[in-house]
Amino acid sequence: MVNEGLLEERIGEWRQYFRRRQAVHSADIEELEDHLRSQIDALREAGLHEDEAFLVAVKRLGELDSLSREFANEYSERLWKQLVVSPEIGASWLTAQRDTAAAVGLAIAAGVAIKIPELFGLHISGPRADASFYVRNLSLFALPFLAGFFALKRGLHRRGWYWLAVPFVVAGLVANLMPFKPNSHTETLIAIHLPIALWLMVCFAYAGGQWRRHDQRMNYVRFSGEWFIYYTLIALGGGTLMGFTLFIFRAIGLDAEPALEEWVLPCGATGAVIIGAWLVESKQSVIENMAPVLTWLFTPLFTGLLLIFVVTVLWTGSAIDVEREVLIGFDLLLVLVLGLLLYAISARDSQAPPGRFDVLQLLLVICALIVDAFALCAIAARISEFGFSPNKTAALGMNLLLLVNLGWSAFLYARFLARRISFTRLERWQTAYIPAFAMWTWIVVLLFPVIFNYR
Amino acid sequence: MIIDKDLVAASATPLVLAILSEGESYGYAIIKRVGELSGGELEWTDGMLYPLLHRLERNDLVKAVWAESETGRRRKYYRLTRAGVEQLARQRRQWQVVDQAMRGVWRLAADSASQPA
Repeated sequence: MVNEGLLEERIGEWRQYFRRRQAVHSADIEELEDHLRSQIDALREAGLHEDEAFLVAVKRLGELDSLSREFANEYSERLWKQLVVSPEIGASWLTAQRDTAAAVGLAIAAGVAIKIPELFGLHISGPRADASFYVRNLSLFALPFLAGFFALKRGLHRRGWYWLAVPFVVAGLVANLMPFKPNSHTETLIAIHLPIALWLMVCFAYAGGQWRRHDQRMNYVRFSGEWFIYYTLIALGGGTLMGFTLFIFRAIGLDAEPALEEWVLPCGATGAVIIGAWLVESKQSVIENMAPVLTWLFTPLFTGLLLIFVVTVLWTGSAIDVEREVLIGFDLLLVLVLGLLLYAISARDSQAPPGRFDVLQLLLVICALIVDAFALCAIAARISEFGFSPNKTAALGMNLLLLVNLGWSAFLYARFLARRISFTRLERWQTAYIPAFAMWTWIVVLLFPVIFNYR
Repeated sequence: MIIDKDLVAASATPLVLAILSEGESYGYAIIKRVGELSGGELEWTDGMLYPLLHRLERNDLVKAVWAESETGRRRKYYRLTRAGVEQLARQRRQWQVVDQAMRGVWRLAADSASQPA
């Protein structure tokens, strides 16, 4: 045939055009191309000219837009990397404007909200500061606005708004009506657990009420990770800004510190929660390259560190010295390992076969489990000696919760590496486990102060 | 005859699973088989088969391997897993119930049409 070269060119163009759609991966395109070529061959055997055969085959394959939308629906994690699926169902310029207005408005509202208690004589800084009030209520100044942002953006139905309000109202009542003693253990526990408990409730608004869906939960996990990166970046920038403010005003003999402490820091830190969320939502593709990079960088480092630690403990035989902070430290270690695991899971193509990095990930989880086992042995001895305190009970509960999660993750990971199950099972396990964290944090918030008599 | 979109969508999964129960196959061949089985009445947009196949793969109902085809191109072949076989059996029972009900309803409709009002 004379036009063999032309046909190749046409198919090449078709492939190029498809490649621009981010929801369709190159392996999918290869598969579709095989289909296209089979169809063209069949049509040419039936007597069609290759030009006609190409056109008919492309037409039968389906319109590229609707086809890539179908792929995007099937792979929501790819959709995540692509802000606009198509002008029809994606965010248009107008809705983008509306989102911006909502985000800025709510950020300002959060910044104002944190200054309102000042009107009632509750000072945030200075010698007469009421640290106790702010420690308990801090999350209540930012997270309701964050939940509101998502509820607006997702167009939550009216019943959804009522459900969404419940945890925040309960949190407000608990934090302010229970007779906490300043600097008591239970107060510290509330300060740590209430933000987590409420953050998990924001998932309801984020998912537009469809919090039971696994893909929505996975998206929320992704969102949380990316939000954390953005918030850290904003905090770094804000810190630099405040440093310079101090420096230049000192040069003209003025002390800017009170103004910074009273206004810039509290208003900025609460407002940034919403701004960070808005940035994640509107600039997903910028940041989505960052989470995998961080994982690739730190998974080997942490695995190395933990391996060396395990070997050292076994070699020297030195037991872990149980101070009060130790258990919390190991909790944080497990949280960190879980965070790395979640970053890795969310960034991974769930169809890819097991690779070397997966082995490393499993090694990291196993090392963390061994290290945690050392710590638990030590702490068990201490509890049997001194009994349960609110701090130790909360830390121990969280530790066991993380232990179960990581233990089962390691099991599933090993099965995946042995090619017995698909990676989706691992994702499902993580998303199915989220309610367990929510329940535990709410138990600590609601029951611990009463059980331990506000100690 | 144009068959309703929802009907095509609902029957797609059992059709694909049943075709794969005949043995390993690939996208283009599956489409051709659907055409044969329906006497050319059931027309799919060819490309839509692939997201469906990938969903079945994600749910462990089918397993996919890349291999070389007889023309030398790389081609993705799909095979039913044990879970897929079980799913097919479940779907089959469900469709039999629907089928039976539909047959009954057509008979009723035919009877009442033949009787003078």
